[in-house]
Amino acid sequence: MRAYVPGYDLRVPGSLSEALALLARDPGVWQPFAGGTDLMVLLESGKLSHKRFLSLAKLEDLRGFETTADAITMGALTTYSDILKHPVLQSEFPLLCSAARETGSVATQNRGTLGGNIINASPAADSPPALLVYDAEIELVSARAVRWVPYQGFHTGYKKMQLAPDELLRAIRLPRRAKAWKQYYRKVGTRRAQAISKVCFAGAALTEAGTIRDIRIALGSIAPIVLRAVKTEAVLRNAELTPEIIAAAKETLAREISPIDDIRSTARYRLRVAQNLLEEFLSQLAR
Amino acid sequence: MEEKLFGHSVLRKEGRSKVTGRAQYVDDLAFPGMIHGVTVRSSIARGRIKSIRYGDGIPWKELTIVTAANIPGKNEIALIEHDQPCLASEFINHPEEPIVLLAHPDKYLLEEARRAVEIEVEPLPAVFTIEDSLAKRAIISGEDNIFKSYQVVKGDVDAALAGADVIVEGEYRTGAQEQLYIENQGMIAVANPAEGVTVWGSLQCPYYVHKALVTLFALPAEKIRVIQAETGGGFGGKEEYPSMIAAHASLLAWKSGKPVKIIYDRAEDMVATTKRHPSRTRHRTGVTRDGKLVAMDIDFVIDGGAYATLSSVVLSRGTIHAAGPYACPNVRIRSQAVATSSPPHGAFRGFGAPQSIFALERHLDQVARVVHLTPDEFRRRNFLHQGQTTATGQVIHEAVDFGGLLDRALRESDYHAKRERFARENPGADIKRGIGFASFMHGAGFTGSGEVYLASVVEAEATPEGSVRILAASTEIGQGTNTIFSQLAADALGISYDLIEIAQPDTGAVPNSGPTVASRTSMVVGKLVETAALALKRTLVESGLLCDACTEDEFVRACRRYIETRGPLRSRSQYEPPPGLLWDDATYSGDAYGTYAWAVYVAEVAVDTVTFEARVTDFVAVQEVGKVIHPVLAAGQIEGGVAQAIGMALYENVVWREGRMANGQMTNYIMPTAADIPPIRVFFEEHPYPFGPGGAKGIGELPMDGPAPAILNAIENATGLCLREIPTTPEVLMEAMTEKVGARG
Amino acid sequence: MVESVSKIEIECTVNGEHRRVQAYPMARLLDVLREEMHLTGTKEGCGEGECGACAVLMNGAIVNSCLVPAIEASGAEIRTIEGIASGAQLHEVQEAFLECGGAQCGICTPGMVIGAVALIERHAYPSDAEIREGLAGNLCRCTGYQKIFAAVARAVEAAGKISPEYR
Repeated sequence: MRAYVPGYDLRVPGSLSEALALLARDPGVWQPFAGGTDLMVLLESGKLSHKRFLSLAKLEDLRGFETTADAITMGALTTYSDILKHPVLQSEFPLLCSAARETGSVATQNRGTLGGNIINASPAADSPPALLVYDAEIELVSARAVRWVPYQGFHTGYKKMQLAPDELLRAIRLPRRAKAWKQYYRKVGTRRAQAISKVCFAGAALTEAGTIRDIRIALGSIAPIVLRAVKTEAVLRNAELTPEIIAAAKETLAREISPIDDIRSTARYRLRVAQNLLEEFLSQLAR
Repeated sequence: MEEKLFGHSVLRKEGRSKVTGRAQYVDDLAFPGMIHGVTVRSSIARGRIKSIRYGDGIPWKELTIVTAANIPGKNEIALIEHDQPCLASEFINHPEEPIVLLAHPDKYLLEEARRAVEIEVEPLPAVFTIEDSLAKRAIISGEDNIFKSYQVVKGDVDAALAGADVIVEGEYRTGAQEQLYIENQGMIAVANPAEGVTVWGSLQCPYYVHKALVTLFALPAEKIRVIQAETGGGFGGKEEYPSMIAAHASLLAWKSGKPVKIIYDRAEDMVATTKRHPSRTRHRTGVTRDGKLVAMDIDFVIDGGAYATLSSVVLSRGTIHAAGPYACPNVRIRSQAVATSSPPHGAFRGFGAPQSIFALERHLDQVARVVHLTPDEFRRRNFLHQGQTTATGQVIHEAVDFGGLLDRALRESDYHAKRERFARENPGADIKRGIGFASFMHGAGFTGSGEVYLASVVEAEATPEGSVRILAASTEIGQGTNTIFSQLAADALGISYDLIEIAQPDTGAVPNSGPTVASRTSMVVGKLVETAALALKRTLVESGLLCDACTEDEFVRACRRYIETRGPLRSRSQYEPPPGLLWDDATYSGDAYGTYAWAVYVAEVAVDTVTFEARVTDFVAVQEVGKVIHPVLAAGQIEGGVAQAIGMALYENVVWREGRMANGQMTNYIMPTAADIPPIRVFFEEHPYPFGPGGAKGIGELPMDGPAPAILNAIENATGLCLREIPTTPEVLMEAMTEKVGARG
Repeated sequence: MVESVSKIEIECTVNGEHRRVQAYPMARLLDVLREEMHLTGTKEGCGEGECGACAVLMNGAIVNSCLVPAIEASGAEIRTIEGIASGAQLHEVQEAFLECGGAQCGICTPGMVIGAVALIERHAYPSDAEIREGLAGNLCRCTGYQKIFAAVARAVEAAGKISPEYR
């Protein structure tokens, strides 16, 4: 434990309005604290430079599911274990369930939250690629306003996002449009369980007689943010699945992503595997 | 007592305390007035200390501060050579070298204080690779950077190579490996000039720590006391390093007058303590056209880090195992341990043998291929048989049947059928499967005259209640020392398991039975436990108070009677070497070990060509071990060692930056989880070793030697890739596969 | 030097007992258990939530106590290794670990027992794959996991023979 623990404040507001009032009064002073599975690791390694945190633990407004015919909405404090237990998510959003199952261990899944995962904004996060494929929307609230924005575009750079200092992420909404789509998720980590991803690929496509009617492709760990591969999608949309198209898509992907060398892996490996995963996804569509 | 415990899986002696969380490890202990200690370390690899400044904002007067100047005796961690200081005084020779010690009751404040110590260093040239060290880019140790060298010579290698039908060359490398015991290193010390020094800690060798503290404090032996707390794994990582942390805790205790506890967190333990020695082995092998070995010319180098510590002994074992269990008339092994500017490398299960055996078993698969033999046919033509000699000229007296071991391993793993099936199914498949094996031996006990030099002693003592306490310095670190010793003593005395107590290893109370290393605890020390117990019983019988065939009640009554009428009932047993063992240190030849365990391990792998991940999908471990004392414990040793070796082969990569481990977190240093380890199927064969208790040989390190080469042999079978370096990570596999495809055009 | 916040009072139930301690809000639950409550059975192996040696049950779910800030333990029901046995009667998981050799050095064992208990509470009859996945968050360096898997299978068997209401 490398941190000076007495120097850290963690307040626990009893309601959302109380939390938002604090954020409005002192913008930038308080950082939200959800499950703690990222922030506590930073604390223990002595790398948590921010000192004042606002626990979201008592904010019931940030918990729970709401299901309509068109969408499922989950609170920002939804844990990975919550995701794995929900019948609509299990049947219609398998990529998010796969991501949840492969995040850390069961102990991590019991504490880690989807909202925390989004706001922590690690480029190696497991769930965001699935959220991008599902055209997720997120609800941001402040004392001033409530706004829904598409999740795509929310991250603007490494750990930079369209979040005002007085805003909290309250909910994530997934339109229930994916049922007929063929879906694929693969995380390549350092080992089979409890691993940070080296490459993470989520894909979904609507096909008709060998032609791709519509497609979504998102990747993690290959850029400063989790990325929707829109250029690669454009090559594939309305195209017939042939070896040439697959080769063209792989080549476009190589130009669209920017993997790096780091302590876990190499840029060359990430690039190659990302292309292989794309090919595996597309080959499965062809069957 | 009718039935013997030998050969049965009795319940672990301290098992109940472990499954209930009651076992007391060092961080679970607290003493009144105890304060915490931390270590301020170097951030650069090599340099001269110009100044130490204690920064603002810390109440320094409240802290105990210790530097090299405060050391009462010699500033040295006594082990073999005298080059390693306890605290750097003028020069720094590796990153994370300890310089200043701090103590205070508030452990959070201590972290702030640690950050506030500013050490100004003038950098000096450093060396980070075996090649740079051998090339003397900078001299960082002694005159030539070489800690130790050996030469083993049998026959005439140069002449044999000149006349050989076929010569095959190869170079093989192994990386560093972190022991990664789940319990971090820790010590508590109480020390003052009046009473001396007492330490409690996580350790394997209480008398090593004792010797180091005697030198550090210049105190007589009886003023230093070292006590082992329950220890959460060692694997060699707690063989020599505990002397350093004990020294630090003691110095702080000495100066502060308070008990001091130092517990490393995982980050510090990973970057600052010892790792397995990286190695480079070069083979030049001469064979006849029909695959008989005629010459083995082996060059073996290990990276010792900045100070000598145990490198000479690691080198010794690696050297002796480098030519394996094969009959070859001409062998030359030239080996060196060299210095680099990283924290000293140290003991890790296998101790040099996994490194040299990796190279050999990879290389022999290549040799087989060149002479158009299958790997197993090649081995069969060259296995040692009874009466033949090893590389050091040791005559193998036992009727070793390596062919039989190989048969069994191949049968249990369905090797031939799988090899054939994989060859059929691999073309065009995304997942390529392969199967490979390694055949090897591991010498048990200290090398050569080592056991004679250790002159280990075990004592036994009866209590008036009729229980018998075994006093030995051998530590329980999970391998089952307490259980094995209790079984052996209970059988020798003819009393029940529950009447045996194993005394806590405490240098104030137990004799020196040597370190808990080198696969010697069951075989060498267990034998002494047995003889000490037998001697105790003999005393009772000779006193007329007991007959040889007695009941437990009679035994208990006899103990009470003896103690009441004659005083303490104690016995003592000291090591005697088996007859006829001859070792020549000068020529490095003769009987290197009293005995060897022999093994064939088979690994089945699946290589995913989409992600370049290799995974072990099945593992068979067949070994001849003399006699199995406790089936569950013995299998547990093999299974645990295989899992560590799977880690060594495929997952555990130390990322070095300027001599420092950059990935010192469990998130980034990858050991296998429950999801990564395949079924490991263990089979024992038994040909009793006459000088082991009940015929048992030592097996603790054996399982570390075979898996890595077996796995890479399997990967070659699956993919055709001839990989020569571990860890073989997916990144490495990808580059190799790409190159291979590219080469095909 | 950084300013300090005050310790707060935390009330929770640990192994069925009501406890009240003082702790800094961001202190780790692990340290509160070990130091304030003197329950040293829960261990620190990594401080990063990777090894599972610090695992406890919090409100019925397995968590890594090194990643839970003390303040979140307020009002929680916590079960540590000390609360797994019922007095002298070991839990079937603990019995199985003893019989099968699932513990060697023992340092991972408290967390591993908690992991196995949590697993069996989630899946009464876990498959091999579910056992491996369920225990993937508990690292063991000694056993190679084989005898831990055997212990879980043995515990499942034993639990199956005991009616749920008596567990």
